[in-house]
Amino acid sequence: MSGWETVIGLEVHTELRTETKLFCSCANRFGDEPNTNVCPVCLGLPGSLPVLNARAVDYAVRIGVALHCQVQPSIFHRKNYFYPDMPKDYQISQYDLPIDTDGWLELPGGKRVGIERAHLEEDTGKTTHVGGGGRIHDADHSLVDYNRAGVPLVEIVSRPDLRSADEARAYVDELRAILVATGASDGKMEEGSLRVDANVSVRPVGSTAFGTRCEVKNMNSLRSLGRAIDYEVARQVRLVEGGGEVVQETRHWNEAEGHTSSMRSKEEAFDYRYFPEPDLVPVVPDPAWVDGIRAALPAMPAELRRGVAHAAGMAPESDAVVTVVRLGLEPFVTATVAAGADAGLAVRRLANEVASEIGSLANLGPEQFVTLLRMESAGDLTTAQARTVLKDMLTGGGDPAGIAAAHGFEALGGDALEAALDEVVADNADAWARYVAGEDKLQGLFIGRLRGATAGKADLAAAAAILRARRAAGC
Amino acid sequence: MTAVEIAGAVRSGEHSAVEVVEEHLERIARRDGGVHAFLHLTADAALERAAQVDEAVAAGIDPGPLAGVPVALKDNLCTRGVPTTCASRILEGWRPPYDATVVSRLAAAGAVALGKTNLDEFAMGSSTENSAFGPTRNPHDPTRVPGGSSGGSAAAVAAGFAPLALGSDTGGSIRQPAALCGVVGAKPTYGLVSRYGLIAFASSLDQIGPFAETVADAALLLDVIAGHDPADSTSLPSAPPSARAGLDRGVEGLRVGLVTELTTAEGLDPQVVARTREAADALEAAGAKVDEVSVPAAVYGLSAYYLIAPAEASSNLARYDGVRYGLRAPGADITEMYVRTRTEGFGAEVKRRIMLGTYALSAGYYDAYYGKAQKVRTRILEDFDAAYQRFDALLGPTAPGGAFALGAKTTDPLTMYLNDVCTIPSNLAGHPAVSVPYGVDAGGLPLGVQVLAPALGETVMFQVAATLEASR
Repeated sequence: MSGWETVIGLEVHTELRTETKLFCSCANRFGDEPNTNVCPVCLGLPGSLPVLNARAVDYAVRIGVALHCQVQPSIFHRKNYFYPDMPKDYQISQYDLPIDTDGWLELPGGKRVGIERAHLEEDTGKTTHVGGGGRIHDADHSLVDYNRAGVPLVEIVSRPDLRSADEARAYVDELRAILVATGASDGKMEEGSLRVDANVSVRPVGSTAFGTRCEVKNMNSLRSLGRAIDYEVARQVRLVEGGGEVVQETRHWNEAEGHTSSMRSKEEAFDYRYFPEPDLVPVVPDPAWVDGIRAALPAMPAELRRGVAHAAGMAPESDAVVTVVRLGLEPFVTATVAAGADAGLAVRRLANEVASEIGSLANLGPEQFVTLLRMESAGDLTTAQARTVLKDMLTGGGDPAGIAAAHGFEALGGDALEAALDEVVADNADAWARYVAGEDKLQGLFIGRLRGATAGKADLAAAAAILRARRAAGC
Repeated sequence: MTAVEIAGAVRSGEHSAVEVVEEHLERIARRDGGVHAFLHLTADAALERAAQVDEAVAAGIDPGPLAGVPVALKDNLCTRGVPTTCASRILEGWRPPYDATVVSRLAAAGAVALGKTNLDEFAMGSSTENSAFGPTRNPHDPTRVPGGSSGGSAAAVAAGFAPLALGSDTGGSIRQPAALCGVVGAKPTYGLVSRYGLIAFASSLDQIGPFAETVADAALLLDVIAGHDPADSTSLPSAPPSARAGLDRGVEGLRVGLVTELTTAEGLDPQVVARTREAADALEAAGAKVDEVSVPAAVYGLSAYYLIAPAEASSNLARYDGVRYGLRAPGADITEMYVRTRTEGFGAEVKRRIMLGTYALSAGYYDAYYGKAQKVRTRILEDFDAAYQRFDALLGPTAPGGAFALGAKTTDPLTMYLNDVCTIPSNLAGHPAVSVPYGVDAGGLPLGVQVLAPALGETVMFQVAATLEASR
């Protein structure tokens, strides 16, 4: 795709973790029996009226503050279109006066992505089409579950600042972490509580004008988001290079077949006939209340990464730091720092062994974790042993000393290590002479042999130091 | 007997509520065949409820300010388990699972609901001829309409079927039929009465209000239904003004403005203007200072209304799609089902307004139509505010003339729309207004005059209305 620049803007819908729906007191709960969490309001029965859920506004403000937005007085509009899972045949949403506007999100690498707006709206119900091709117009019949109708959503619209599928994924990943940190959302893409649409266009490198964009829908994981964008970019470049033109339209991502197809063109786009919702009054957040929410927000992921990176002496965008924060493991780093143990070692262990057993995290206490780090740092356990012990701690719980003893682990150090090294050097006299003569890379050979000879018990870091000291001493 | 008298007699044990209800049911049985005020009677439930009221009185418990008073409900108010149709085929057979807030408040005040009254389909009309279930006739002359859209409620009170009734007023739907039927009808300040359970026509204009034979009865009913309701976000949080507080105050020293634009509106019967001027004289005689006042933007009210109300209606009526309740006309696919259901379910006037409103909100037309109409609305409000700098209340005709013959205006929608020319400005402003019977035309048919007041000015409005009533 050389010569072309990709331009992506994302629209992310997130369900809010409120107890009740946006405009009524029905439970906001996923997975219940169909049509059990319903009432006259969320069924849109004649005569019913919406009343705004204050907690949903609270969450929308939290999201706005976390994304550095202006939180402003806003109003609701009606978005009119017919669909059976929308009980009133209009959606109550925010239009030209959203609650949050003009903010930004910082990717782990430091890039700032503009946030155009974030607004409140109600979710629709869920339709299952039975028979035919699974689409509404050829179905034998359709079943509608209104439990989701009226569940509060915030739609977060980025500016077209993303330049690759990887950046788009990083953005969604970061946004998800922020949403979870604010407490506004559980961020579960698989359950549909986080849904992403992508506006994709291409333009010649160096051009400042935007190309014609297509909106791609139906990506249900970060992976499919990346695949869909890559496919769409390739399609558009091929089209333009072949002398054609991109047509502005909405396209549907088919995960199984790995391609996008046209859903509706610009001409077929709905005329939503937006107008101010007369059943609701303007939402005017009290600035003092917004300040209170800002003050009460926990640290956001970018700030946590900076803290972990500083403690560990690593870069904030390094994979290990990003992983630790993404998995919410920074309390372990904090505990390590507080105990005066090696935070760098902590981050490495957390980003590798702990991350790969994250489902068993409940078994691991910060104190035991720090104890293990100390044992490794003191040379009581080798790296390999420490890893094994940590895995056992995660899978079955228990204290590291006990587990190490049960394995018969103790690091081979001191005189025993010297003796073991003597044997390895004696068995490889030729190599030793060349190493002493300056062939540095042979150190690896001795370390490898030593590991084999001691069945992994040798403290390899200590052994390397001994090797270097002996060579310096010329023996 | 008036509602005030019935409630007093029932509360004191002098009269039984069951007897009162039986009398009214009997009157309905005898005469409603020729009037068709009711679409659905709840006689058994009413008698049961009346018996409960009597038991309460016997047990020394006060059943409330409307103890044993029969009330008729416009059939766009939701009543739990009782058919609620909006006089439309599309809702035929639908029984709401809940009561409108006003219905609950009536019950809590000891009132007895007799049934549901006829209306123009979805409250769209000025004659009650747009009902899918046949028109209502004016009790004063069965060849004539009762007005509309709350024609059933107005006729029920005029015929003595119930001393009180509830209607809804979006552009004059309480006041115009009140005038044509010779009863009192009030549209309260927007937000004073909860709309929860009122099936929406145009949400930013709809208000529920009382019909009664007397001003005092209308005030009594309004005070019972007024007040904040957390289920309606547009319900005003402030303590409601008392309508009854104005009844005995007179108008001594009040400044009343006779609105030029309302007395010179298009198509006004000179007899209506004459009665309005007599009303102004009567107020002056009672001690008020009456002067002419101009509310210039009021002349654009009708045009603005017929953009705003249909626009909101086009959205409010979208939900009648055959998916969840009411009529479903099956089709080969979802689109055909929508089209057939709405084609068969809605009458011509409803379809006309849905089309008008859909057009007014369409991309590219919004600013020219809906946006412009909202600006007119703001202008009208500003002009009223200016008038209320100088006046405590305003006066004008309610309807352009007396009750017209059935079928006289059904062929030309615009002629029908002109019926609301004097009532619409109050809806656009969100202000209260009440129609009081004031004299008759040459044919002996009742005419009404309208008292307008600023937002939450119900007390002063009823001061003027009571004075007018006493001066007849």
